[in-house]
Amino acid sequence: MTILRELLRDGRFKFAFIILCVLVSLAILSFFSPYDMSKWNVVPRDMPPSMEHILGTNSKGQDVFWEMTFAIRNSLLLAVIAAAFSRIIAVIVGLVAGFKGGSTDRLLMSLNDSFIVIPVLPILILLGSILKERLSIFSLGLVLALFGWAWDARVIRSQILSLREREFTYTAILSGEKTLELIRKEYIPFIIPIIFATAINNMFWAVGMEVTLAILGLSNLTIPTLGTMLYWAINYQAMLLGYWWWVATPVIVSVFLFVALYLLSVSISEYLDPRTRIQRIGISEGVK
Amino acid sequence: MLILSFVKKYLLPRIIQYVIVIFIGTTVVFIIPRLMPVDPVQEMINTITQKGTYMDPSAVEKLRESLKELYGLKGSALSQYFNFWGRLFKGDFGPSLSQFPTSVTHLISVSLPWTVGLMLVTILISWIAGNILGGLAGYFNHTRWAKALENISMLIRPIPYYIFALILLLIFGYVIPIFPISGGTTVGLRFTWSWDFIVDVVKHAFLPALSMVILGAAGWFQTMRLVVSNIVREDHVLYAKAGGLSEIKIGFKYVIKNAMLPQITGLALSLGQIFSGALITEMVFSYPGIGGLLYNAIISGDYNLIMGITLFSIIGIATATLVIDLLYPLFDPRVRYR
Repeated sequence: MTILRELLRDGRFKFAFIILCVLVSLAILSFFSPYDMSKWNVVPRDMPPSMEHILGTNSKGQDVFWEMTFAIRNSLLLAVIAAAFSRIIAVIVGLVAGFKGGSTDRLLMSLNDSFIVIPVLPILILLGSILKERLSIFSLGLVLALFGWAWDARVIRSQILSLREREFTYTAILSGEKTLELIRKEYIPFIIPIIFATAINNMFWAVGMEVTLAILGLSNLTIPTLGTMLYWAINYQAMLLGYWWWVATPVIVSVFLFVALYLLSVSISEYLDPRTRIQRIGISEGVK
Repeated sequence: MLILSFVKKYLLPRIIQYVIVIFIGTTVVFIIPRLMPVDPVQEMINTITQKGTYMDPSAVEKLRESLKELYGLKGSALSQYFNFWGRLFKGDFGPSLSQFPTSVTHLISVSLPWTVGLMLVTILISWIAGNILGGLAGYFNHTRWAKALENISMLIRPIPYYIFALILLLIFGYVIPIFPISGGTTVGLRFTWSWDFIVDVVKHAFLPALSMVILGAAGWFQTMRLVVSNIVREDHVLYAKAGGLSEIKIGFKYVIKNAMLPQITGLALSLGQIFSGALITEMVFSYPGIGGLLYNAIISGDYNLIMGITLFSIIGIATATLVIDLLYPLFDPRVRYR
């Protein structure tokens, strides 16, 4: 709680936090939706925003506001799944490489760098073009996790490398503590903040990838997400026909979501980085 | 002796890395069709025959054979795998399915210059502009304009390529229509070395390039600003200041020179992401490069072409990364003299 209060002092964090809270509550609102999103033509089509339909309706005969709440929910869910699974891979690779060192480290890191260099998008497009409707939110999250761990494993590894040289590691090893115990008790507390900061970054990347794949028609188009919402809007020529509320809603929501997640991760990693923390304290004292 | 240790410590690991990247990438592409719960060959033949193109049974059989070989579904798993590599070394990705007899290699080679040109120009502009602005903002850390630039870049950077390109398309395509919003040249214009042709190409490339330059520059700006603002506080810079060296000399000799190195490494590592961005941008503006080709392949379900482009981009990006890595010693004296 004190950490949260400290973080909220940062204007960027506060801004991002509020946006994210609003988005999450919109996502929760989807559970109380009066409409079933799998059904088409439940409301009059192509109506501009009005009292009855706050954000208008689309050419599929769905209410844009409620479609949006579902889209936010599914996109966030996907992001959480992708981030959670890629964290598992990143932590394992980072821990093993950093702790073992030597040739294990070299081997894992060259594997790691390969995943950084390989262009992910064409591979995902190849996969999407084969699987398409068979991709559920969960399996797409898993696939994204498989390609999204490499940068963060590197960060965790370098943290472990520096921890391994610290006094308490030697104390623990010499006093006969088991490796797993040592990692769990002494190292995990240090890398949890990193896991958190990189997870937000990864969520951000996963949502972006989903949007891209969906717009190309390469994901399950029956599940409403920010990406598929845009796909249908573009597919029905909403821009040319002037149904701006249909296109603008997912665009604006995703821009807000991306900016919020990004600001969160920047703010948290700056908070974690002792160098910038000193700088920040220095600045605020200087101003006083 | 010096050269030997350079080869061993720097060159060899880079080349091994190059081989590993291509190995992993190719293997992933090899495995993906096998993850399919249904027979990809039959599915492919179904989609072709569904489109109404008539094929006599022997042609279908021939296609089935070549598809099987192409997807690596002939013989034992191991021999399939070696065959796959064999085709790759020959640069043979098979025929395109939507433009049937034309080979995938030919289609890629036609659209490659557009993508390479677009990427070279945008990377150069965004890298240079982002680094200069970031360097200045990092050096004059507490000025108002540095903070303003930082805030702007923070709002721009997280926007994905697709959304950003779409926003530009909306603004310039419908609100202020001064630039063409699709294609690489005006339809029907033939290649000549005339002024008009060049102007036409530049005009068409302007919006795709603009969206990539702005997004790219925002990223380079941020990392450069962070690096420089840390270097400025280091002892050797403070010493140089105390010694009364001119600001310009300190800036160029002590700060920028050091800050450039991580930026070059960053360029090598992010090439894959920039390429992905270029693909997306080309799709939005229907640019005739690899991205445009890929988009058409997706729409027409040309699986062969998608696979060819995927393999090709893995090899291309790995090679480009290797080239940057090999140029790196020119900039970093530590690598040179180790």
